[in-house]
Amino acid sequence: MGIGIELGHYLTVGAILFTLGVFGIFINRKNIVVILMSVELILLSVNLNFVAFSAQLNDLQGQIFALLILTVAASESAIGLAILVIFYRNRGSIAVEDVNMMKG
Amino acid sequence: MTLPLFFFYLFAIIAVGSAFMVISAKNPVHAVLFLILTFFNASGLFMLAGAEFLALILIVVYVGAVAVLFLFVVMMLDVDFASLRQGFLQHAPIGVVVGIIFLLELLMVAGSFVVSPEVTSAAVLPMDGVDNIRAIGQVLYTRYVFLFQSAAAVLLVAMIGAIVLTLRHKSNVKRQDPIKQVGRRPSETLEVVKVKSGQGL
Repeated sequence: MGIGIELGHYLTVGAILFTLGVFGIFINRKNIVVILMSVELILLSVNLNFVAFSAQLNDLQGQIFALLILTVAASESAIGLAILVIFYRNRGSIAVEDVNMMKG
Repeated sequence: MTLPLFFFYLFAIIAVGSAFMVISAKNPVHAVLFLILTFFNASGLFMLAGAEFLALILIVVYVGAVAVLFLFVVMMLDVDFASLRQGFLQHAPIGVVVGIIFLLELLMVAGSFVVSPEVTSAAVLPMDGVDNIRAIGQVLYTRYVFLFQSAAAVLLVAMIGAIVLTLRHKSNVKRQDPIKQVGRRPSETLEVVKVKSGQGL
């Protein structure tokens, strides 16, 4: 890590990004596109923590783990957007509150 | 203030500000563009932490693939996004309260603990003297080859899943069916009709 940058700096940025992601899910409850973007923000903050600890502890494992999280995040957004597209085809809207068609 | 610290604050402030714009932008296209800005600045933070490979992968995978996918879907779906913002501030107060409590808790955790000095010497994969990309390459294909393969499997399943989900057959469009074409026999398709002279069929 560079001169003057502490682990706490990174953890603070990660915490703020995580909170913004959770808050984004709260306030954009109807818009599923923004919800997916908020999930991406949350995963990004987790990656930031992994990389910060990896640099602090001089251990490469954190970066390997962050790489795997990146993979899962990419496939998650691909599947999520595919589901969004077929949902839009069927309903003509993407409002989250309409997603109760399968309610028993 | 040293130069790395200055760049850290620059990247961190822009990342947090654009992350806030992601969740509060009126137009989802702007939200996607701010998401791209967030990823670029997070990539700068990775670079400052010495994780060059992850920083570049973040730009390639996120900005190149995921963000463009988001942009594509947002532009393809003709949705009235203004109607989706009704009740936007309805849940905001409780969200702010939960968010602030959450942030305070996280910051208290982040600020209060100390890393024991013995932990650094107990690193499983110490990075001494080898540059980042070489170090990752040395373990990714040997020690973590199964994790690497399962990541590939996850991506494959995601790709097949996305294709299967969005593939559709329109009933009114005629398509070629090669099996049917090859399986045709003259006896099923040809009919010889005797026509008497002077009469039509």
